[in-house]
Amino acid sequence: MATATKKKMVQWDATDIKAELLSKYPPKVARKRAKQIMINEALQNDTPALTANVRTIPGIMTMRGCTYAGCKGVIMGPTRDIVNLVHGPIGCSFYAWLTRRNQTDAGPDGENYMNYCFSTDMQEQDIIFGGEKKLAQAIQEAYDLFHPKSIAVFATCPVGLIGDDIHTVTKNMKEKFGDCNVFAFSCEGYKGVSQSAGHHIANNQVFRHLVGQNDEVKPGKYKINLLGEYNIGGDGFEIDRILKKCGITCISTFSGNSTYDQFVSSHTADLNAVMCHRSINYVADMMETKYGIPWVKVNFIGAKATAKSLRKIAGYFGEQELIDKVEQVIAEEMPAVEAALLNILPRTEEKTVMMFVGGSRAHHYKELFDELGMKTISAGYEFGHQDDYEGRQVLPNIKLDADSRNIEELEVEADEGRYRPRKSDQELQALDQAGYKFKQYDGLAMDMDKGTLIIDDLNQYEAEKLVEIMKPDLFCAGVKEKYSIQKLGVPMKQLHSYDSGGPYAGFVGAVNFYEEIDRLVNSKVWSHMKAPWQKNPQLSGSFNWE
Amino acid sequence: MLLRHTPTEITERTALTINPAKTCQPIGAMYAALGVHGCLPHSHGSQGCCAYHRSALTRHYKEPISATTSSFTEGASVFGGQANMLQAINNIFTVYNPEVIAIHTTCLSETIGDDLPQMKKKAHAEGTIPEGKYVISASTPSYAGSHVTGFSNMVKSMAEMAEPKGKKNGKVNIIPGWVEPCDMEEIKRLTAIIGVKTILFPDTSGVLNGPLSGEYKMFPDGGTTVAELQSTGDSLGTLALGEWCSADAARTLDTKHKVPCSILDMPFGLMATDRFIDALRTIAGVTIPEEIAYERGQLVDMISDMHQYLYGKKVALVGDPDQLIAMTEFLVSMDMKPIHIVTGTPGNKFEKRIKEITKDMGCEVNVRAKGDMFLLHQWIKNEPVDLIIGNTYCKYIARDEDIPYVRWGFPILDRQGHQYFPTVGYKGGLRLLEKILGVLLDRKDRDDSETKFELVL
Repeated sequence: MATATKKKMVQWDATDIKAELLSKYPPKVARKRAKQIMINEALQNDTPALTANVRTIPGIMTMRGCTYAGCKGVIMGPTRDIVNLVHGPIGCSFYAWLTRRNQTDAGPDGENYMNYCFSTDMQEQDIIFGGEKKLAQAIQEAYDLFHPKSIAVFATCPVGLIGDDIHTVTKNMKEKFGDCNVFAFSCEGYKGVSQSAGHHIANNQVFRHLVGQNDEVKPGKYKINLLGEYNIGGDGFEIDRILKKCGITCISTFSGNSTYDQFVSSHTADLNAVMCHRSINYVADMMETKYGIPWVKVNFIGAKATAKSLRKIAGYFGEQELIDKVEQVIAEEMPAVEAALLNILPRTEEKTVMMFVGGSRAHHYKELFDELGMKTISAGYEFGHQDDYEGRQVLPNIKLDADSRNIEELEVEADEGRYRPRKSDQELQALDQAGYKFKQYDGLAMDMDKGTLIIDDLNQYEAEKLVEIMKPDLFCAGVKEKYSIQKLGVPMKQLHSYDSGGPYAGFVGAVNFYEEIDRLVNSKVWSHMKAPWQKNPQLSGSFNWE
Repeated sequence: MLLRHTPTEITERTALTINPAKTCQPIGAMYAALGVHGCLPHSHGSQGCCAYHRSALTRHYKEPISATTSSFTEGASVFGGQANMLQAINNIFTVYNPEVIAIHTTCLSETIGDDLPQMKKKAHAEGTIPEGKYVISASTPSYAGSHVTGFSNMVKSMAEMAEPKGKKNGKVNIIPGWVEPCDMEEIKRLTAIIGVKTILFPDTSGVLNGPLSGEYKMFPDGGTTVAELQSTGDSLGTLALGEWCSADAARTLDTKHKVPCSILDMPFGLMATDRFIDALRTIAGVTIPEEIAYERGQLVDMISDMHQYLYGKKVALVGDPDQLIAMTEFLVSMDMKPIHIVTGTPGNKFEKRIKEITKDMGCEVNVRAKGDMFLLHQWIKNEPVDLIIGNTYCKYIARDEDIPYVRWGFPILDRQGHQYFPTVGYKGGLRLLEKILGVLLDRKDRDDSETKFELVL
């Protein structure tokens, strides 16, 4: 459809680009999309300037997936010792089978069901007469075969439509077994407007059925939970390595390489460190209300961001021993990072990148591109909300639409026996005076340059146009977008599943990422697109062997 | 161990599927639709279906997969998806401007009973379908059949586009089934050598095995054109390759337009290719050129040269019915022993056909339609094999059980070549044989003692 034009981005200003993106749409579509494309002023807004978390327009080729994908695929997928049973026709379970590159280490004898795909494979008669009996039978068969600690059931579209009561079925089976926690997620694909609704539904049920079930106090000092880290390409392993080196105890990770036991003990931690704000902030909020665990936003993507996050965790606990240890670890780890940068930076500096991924990832990875001296000329989220773009201060002004109201909000109160404030009022005051911020996330826009384009729910057509006009050196999105971008001669890196490789988190990950981006933006591959006779057509006249 | 919880002891399961050997209908419909020139597949359901199908096809073909969705939300699921559909059709023609939109349903839109033909009528009445453009549709409920059924249903909708002019076009329709783009190319090469004019549909060659040139075409040059599809009703006859993938479309042309059809096996391996070539000869009334006999002879030659390494080797197979039937016959024809055979696609005929092909093999054969890969793995644990042939998910079994393994089928997510090097026809047979011998002999070289290690095999 499009040929990469020779026009340089300097000839276009952001307003023109926005107008060009909208020019082909029917008027109604153009009006809607105009609200989701923001020319960044890099100001802290009190009211949302960008519309996000709204319906995708039918027929416009979106990058988004569904609620089920967010619940089963993203949040529960990386958990290894829960049997994740999908109630529905076969496809939904099949497509979520090992396709997200979540790594796990279950040891030689540990439980690990991640390589398995479980489904009730609903047939026409189940749709007509109801699938509850089949679900109960499938749960029984899974229990008999594996005797897992827990079986989680995921609803797909038809389940909600035919009215299968999966929560009663699972409750009955749980009571019947006695030693297996069986529970369900009403994460039908049509709920909400993107994967994001599925994250919320997953958070609710994990909180309701898992968190707080085991009060046993785990050994170790400086106990945290790492929320919103999914161990893609081994990111979680690298973060675990660093935390361990610092002497910080990770009670649970939600949910990379996680186990049932981690979830049920997570309320015994003293701090929640939130990586992916979009997918997991619900659990962080609920754990604070019910158990008194404060949360802070962290980011382990980028070496500087990692150092900053470690200092933030150390600052919270406030003990000199930990503060010193963290400084020592940073001092030990940084030389390798700096050496790698010294070599690579001259080849990446001033290169341009676009990122349209996740609900936090585009922001996280900007840190790494900053370290590489690369300019993020346009970015956006696939399923972010306004607060992910403009910071949590816009939260009170976000209007809930019908789609968001359909997603359950849990009413949470302080747990009488288990609520324990982690800090005294005095300590909190002292932290506040020292500039320590809890529950703060300023969003992507603050970190984007003035005049850059921030685009929510970017679609295939706009992606192609943007690349054609702005000719970035690198484009980042997901697997569906990969090859159409590369056909235009622009390298494309998946930032959901990383294509291959990783980890990219932490210090080791930062070096891996620098090397990977160096490979991509300085590759010879893209110089081979034209044959000699296509590059020099003027030479195609007469030429003889004589 | 990757699949450490799979027990050797087989217990009967009536409700739980583990490690499926199939996926759902819509992805088949999407793949088929990509084989029509200028066609944009459209998924009428929640947007996750479309995202999953595009992702799965992208990972297999390593090519852009364009498709749109009606993006159902809760409202549309309650009140019906007509408004979404009409809006989608308008947006698609305005923004992407395809020649054809090929709509398939999902379990969502089927469960609420959305009526596609009625919606198409309404779109026509409202003028949202521009002059000269087409909207075709197939009902593809995910809770019936499998991805193969969805493929077949969309191909049938293509056959329904036939508009006979009453004058024979001198061509033979060939319905290749769900094979790779290069397989479709190979079928065209063979028919060209034989001198038979054909209409091949669907045809994903030139669509899903395209070049990198710095240009992106949402609608590449390949694919069966609408004019060709309309002309199928004037063809001499139809060869449907594979009962599961292609027969319904062929029968539609037969019933509606009296275009006679033969249902053949997919031309994988020696004998199925023989039957395909011979059928072409009979239908078109041509003599088969020496060139084809020569290619055939080369395949027979390699089988005879390497027979000692193939003879008696036990094989486990998983895949789709049409492919498995032809592959089983090929293996049996070389004196190999396919002893465990599983497809997830339903159909009693499958088990019957496999039993017939393997009846003189002299050993028990485990065969299951509506089976899964968990069962296949258990069978292998109970009776080990020398070789596994199947899609990429087999690698978990192959590694755990340390068994040589050839990737063949859908999806292949971790190796390349399947898009470019055909396995149909005699040359395709050579390639299959090369792959099979490659893994068997690599294993021999790995396992032979230093004393037994040999230079020449």
